[in-house]
Amino acid sequence: MAWDRNQMAARAAQELEDGMYVNLGIGIPTLVANYVGDKDITLQSENGMLGMGPFPFEGEEDPDLINAGKQTITELPRTAYFDSAQSFAMIRGGKIAAAILGAMEVAENGDLANWMIPGKLVKGMGGAMDLVAGVRRVIVVMDHTNKAGESKVLKACTLPLTGKGVVDRIITNLGVLDVVPGGLRLVECADGVTEDELRAATEATIIS
Amino acid sequence: MKKVYDNAEAALDGVLKDGMSIAAGGFGLCGIPELLIAAIHKSGVKDLTIASNNCGVDGFGLGILLDSKQIKKMQSSYVGENAEFMRQYLSGELELEFNPQGTLAERMRAGGAGIPGFYTKTGVGTVIAEGKEVKNFDGQDYILERGIVTDLAIVKAWKADETGNLVFRKTARNFNVPAATCGKICVVEVEEIVPTGSLDPDHIHLPGIYVHRIIQGDHEKRIEQRTVRKREEA
Repeated sequence: MAWDRNQMAARAAQELEDGMYVNLGIGIPTLVANYVGDKDITLQSENGMLGMGPFPFEGEEDPDLINAGKQTITELPRTAYFDSAQSFAMIRGGKIAAAILGAMEVAENGDLANWMIPGKLVKGMGGAMDLVAGVRRVIVVMDHTNKAGESKVLKACTLPLTGKGVVDRIITNLGVLDVVPGGLRLVECADGVTEDELRAATEATIIS
Repeated sequence: MKKVYDNAEAALDGVLKDGMSIAAGGFGLCGIPELLIAAIHKSGVKDLTIASNNCGVDGFGLGILLDSKQIKKMQSSYVGENAEFMRQYLSGELELEFNPQGTLAERMRAGGAGIPGFYTKTGVGTVIAEGKEVKNFDGQDYILERGIVTDLAIVKAWKADETGNLVFRKTARNFNVPAATCGKICVVEVEEIVPTGSLDPDHIHLPGIYVHRIIQGDHEKRIEQRTVRKREEA
């Protein structure tokens, strides 16, 4: 037993507090929006929007209204639009309370790699480097291991970095870990996962 | 001075030359200057260096300038939607300079604002920092990034008045504002040119001082990822 994608997203949603401005990455992080409940959360989309609404009803798509994943979306009563320089000014300037992002690798010192695999197709970092450098709290949501069963929670990243020492909390299908001086601290195990199982799937140092 | 031109070809007349640099607005296919891109394609001008967050898709947007091999170098943050881009890049036909998205936007903004360089913490400790000056401010490392000034800026807005005051619509504003400011010449295409005086001066997104030439035209406004929800779910 472990958390599935939706359970990971639900757990990540617990990180969000009333009044927060938040940026959600593509993939599992996008699902977090489904679990914020009654909390007053404003979603930022780095292509120039605060107050991102749900997908439009069929026939109401607007080509001038998309999110950072280039998907058609809608606006809300609180929505504000702005240009890309303004968007990244609020990101770089620490105005966004939290970013929830996917990752390929995370290291025990908070290093994050999520934009490039050398020798494979290179798509670009988009806004990820700006987000991890500027947002006040960076939460990674990802599977604990890769398709080959190898740990993605490492002593040191092997892939080109998105940011150095930027991750605060890691939420995986096996549990929740915090980046602290000296390594990672286990916050909780996922339902049905034992601490021994989580440790066995983790290359990084977990301090006790 | 008359800023309104009849069409994209007329607005770019005398502006294009081989080897020039261009800043282009747009994010994905949203808010791209599609009429000006088509006119640049038709002109055959080549060896272009283009600063743009993305490079269109195969067969649309800046992608059509890739197909005709008019682009020498791209300065972008994300190029994942374009197979021809990958082919030309991996074969060495096309130069690519990756910029973090916010760094690219700020490089344009800074260039347009007369700021030749700025320090940012974005990319510190990554490949982006290689070869760049690092400076410590208050215990935090920052890297030096250069402002961008281009020969030409091509921009899409929603409305303009005859003096070039611009209004954008929703998320189609994106890179259009910083791109407009960093071009030595800025050519803008809009959906509607309205009489001077009919835009509320308090609601201008970009003042006409940045805008040199304007055209009005019909836009395809292609959607890249059409995502919807069913009414029953509501």
